[in-house]
Amino acid sequence: MKERLVLVGNGMAGIRSIENILKMDSERFEMTVFGSEPHPNYNRILLSKVLQGDTKVEDITLNDWNWYEAHDIQLFTNETIVKIDTENQTVTSDQGRIVPYDRLILATGSLPFILPIPGSDKKGVTGFRTLQDTEEMVSASHKYKKAAVIGGGLLGLEAARGLLNLGMEVNVIHLCPHLMERQLDPTAGQLLQKALEEQGMNFLLGKKTTEILGDTRVEGLSFSDGSTLETDLVVMAVGIKPSKMLAEISGLEVNKGIIVNDFMETSVPGIYAVGECVEHRGQTYGLVAPLYDQANVLAGHICDMNPAPYKGSVMSTQLKVSGVDVFSAGDFIENDEKKAIKIFDDQKSIYQKLVFQQNRLVGAVMFGETSDGPRLFSYIREGIDMSDREKVSVLTSNDPAQESTIESMSNDHIVCGCNGVSKGQIVEAIQKEGLTTLQEVKQCTSASRSCGGCKPVVEEILWHTLGDGANRTAQKETICACTTLSRDEVIHEIKEKGLQHVKEVMSVLDWETEEGCSKCRPALNYYLGMLQPLEYKDERSSRYVNERLHANIQKDGTYSVVPRMYGGVTNANDLRKIADVVDKYEIPLVKMTGGQRIDLLGVKKEDLPKVWEDLDMPSGYAYGKSLRTVKTCVGEQFCRFGTQDSMALGIALEKKFEGLATPHKVKLAVSACPRNCAESGIKDLGIVAIEGGFELYAGGNGGTHLRAGDLLMKVSTAEEVEQVAAAYLQYYRETANYLERTSAWVERLGLDHIQSVLLDDEKREALIQRMDIALSTYDEPWQELRESQKATKQLFQKATASVSIN
Amino acid sequence: MTVSVVKVHIGTLSDFPMQLGKTVEAGTLELAVFQTSQQQFKAIENRCPHKGGVLAEGMVSGDYVFCPMHDWKIDLSSGNVQAPDDGCVKTYETLVEGNEVFVLLPS
Repeated sequence: MKERLVLVGNGMAGIRSIENILKMDSERFEMTVFGSEPHPNYNRILLSKVLQGDTKVEDITLNDWNWYEAHDIQLFTNETIVKIDTENQTVTSDQGRIVPYDRLILATGSLPFILPIPGSDKKGVTGFRTLQDTEEMVSASHKYKKAAVIGGGLLGLEAARGLLNLGMEVNVIHLCPHLMERQLDPTAGQLLQKALEEQGMNFLLGKKTTEILGDTRVEGLSFSDGSTLETDLVVMAVGIKPSKMLAEISGLEVNKGIIVNDFMETSVPGIYAVGECVEHRGQTYGLVAPLYDQANVLAGHICDMNPAPYKGSVMSTQLKVSGVDVFSAGDFIENDEKKAIKIFDDQKSIYQKLVFQQNRLVGAVMFGETSDGPRLFSYIREGIDMSDREKVSVLTSNDPAQESTIESMSNDHIVCGCNGVSKGQIVEAIQKEGLTTLQEVKQCTSASRSCGGCKPVVEEILWHTLGDGANRTAQKETICACTTLSRDEVIHEIKEKGLQHVKEVMSVLDWETEEGCSKCRPALNYYLGMLQPLEYKDERSSRYVNERLHANIQKDGTYSVVPRMYGGVTNANDLRKIADVVDKYEIPLVKMTGGQRIDLLGVKKEDLPKVWEDLDMPSGYAYGKSLRTVKTCVGEQFCRFGTQDSMALGIALEKKFEGLATPHKVKLAVSACPRNCAESGIKDLGIVAIEGGFELYAGGNGGTHLRAGDLLMKVSTAEEVEQVAAAYLQYYRETANYLERTSAWVERLGLDHIQSVLLDDEKREALIQRMDIALSTYDEPWQELRESQKATKQLFQKATASVSIN
Repeated sequence: MTVSVVKVHIGTLSDFPMQLGKTVEAGTLELAVFQTSQQQFKAIENRCPHKGGVLAEGMVSGDYVFCPMHDWKIDLSSGNVQAPDDGCVKTYETLVEGNEVFVLLPS
């Protein structure tokens, strides 16, 4: 009979241990897992991303239900273990289930520390530890306006940023006079505060909360200085405490957490503990890397692999708040024995501090520029002797100690915290699979696939592993893993050799796959069309489904339809047609889009051609790497502040550029005054009319890469706006990487460079001419598709099987 | 052991777009049937093991389809999901006789 292994706690540390055990000895144990939460194991570190709205709940799941099934693991979710009988070796759940064990792992994690003040049990007071907390915050944001976060540490600030994204007014209350005092010194803390204030956060520092006010639901906070604050939601993020109750009542030795030795053994034989619930050598941990270190030692020990004992972890931190780069590691406060080197550029808001003890780096704090963080962290972790070097040179990345750091890094060191990938796994993948590029490493091991923070270290490991045979300068961004060529090289070859089809490009340029992949096919299809607008025939099979079917696929396989409404202006006739279509095809949802359009969601695929026919409107291209919308404000026709006819200009721009193929989607806006009701500041090209002219803003983005547009140019007439827009968009078409938004493109090329091209009369005219050629090829796709019977049958109709006669 | 299968007619050659997929309903089963650029027919279960994406709408490259939801890469012959993701989908035999296309389904 197999040994019975029971895990209490279905979170990252526990499941990591199980994964490691399965890797070492997949047959040895019969495994049972209990989790109090209803979900399978998810990535708790990324909760802040869920709250900030850029990630879905499903996307942070680490092990889905199938994983448990595939490994024959019995999983009980929503079930909490309430008792361990250490004598008879059984655990009992709150549902009365009793399960015997030979080995028991406790990975009960931690609980948010709730301040013991009056009112902390009121409705509207939450921690920020679980998906449920996150959901509660999101639902509060629908009903209420004001949020208060108690705690200006890592978790509190990530929560606050998320609440801002949800549209709430956010006050952060912090006991200390500066933020994140456990990771930052006062200088960095103040820089951080300033940056976050600019994002709209408000801070009450040096404040002690004494009571939570309100009836059943929170209405406000009162502080020790007698002042009060109105609020509808309180997020407690003052810290976490190890969840040790189960261990304590079951007679295990506990202190701050469950006490374990260097092999994660508790005081009772056969029972182990791992993760945030443990206390090891007097220390508790709340970050992911130490948990993975512990899980590794635990698995090795349980599987009798004689692992090296766990000696504790040095910690590093990166704040996951967009627009703010903060890094902290190790012991960062200088004193008599520890000396600091600081770089402070007030103008650029860059601050970097290294703390040395004799000749070893022991701590670092960085603000504004943190790309060297992971490298410095490895120096700290490995305790490299730096006596032979100018200490300040450590901050520059061509530092000679780099290689030796990689060499001395232990194989079980977790390089990628998000996905739990160790140095050893990366090295093994490079050697076994013959990987030579960062991209390949990323694909093969998942290292640096999530937040990207460890990319420099992964790159170093790659170079170090490849040794002298590798040419560092040859490391370049290739189109995808199918080729060793970069975008520029491919375009050069297409021009030089006159290549004309996707397949031809692949075979002439020695693609490593037979027919490419979902990355290079659409990219090549775009490049070929951009280079040969009149000759190239678009390849439908190289288009993503949305661009092939000219509708947006939804998660259930239905589609959404957005008809064109130039400038966001509509009329009774179009609205009537839309209403009739909604009735006739029983379309379940009609919604306004962010780009001032009407979206019909839940249309069956086979209905698409008929819906288009009944609408008899052009496609709104809501699915395309193309001009999406030109958003406009009402402008001088009606608005008392309007300085120009923004609707007319918006409609003209949209009619001119509709259907244009671009490297990524392109959004425009025209506002008739600086109040900017059409949000021109966050568009790929935003136009703001002013008295006597127009300002054009480039590279704005309101999505994942939130960025205010840069003032590109001022012009005086609507015709000039159209010309600059044409030249700008054509230059973007010709020089951007496929799937590169203008926000990234403007940063890569530099605003100055783009301005100089557009101001050069000759270049501008040539760009406008090439744009005109590109625009001449536009055919309205909905009409084209619905008129082709073959396309309708092949692309939109399902086949139904019938039993054959023979 | 013999496995009994039924041969089921699903359409004629011209119903299937080249190097693309098509959804085929066969009783309670939903299949994704692809015509590869080598004019071979491949049939697999029409649900990605990741989040249930409709595989018939995926991009087809060689012997693989890329799920349109989150870009998982699936081998059309074996049904295996390619690394670094993991899983598999059911596959079904296909037959072309003249202009008619069939799949073999378990009876």
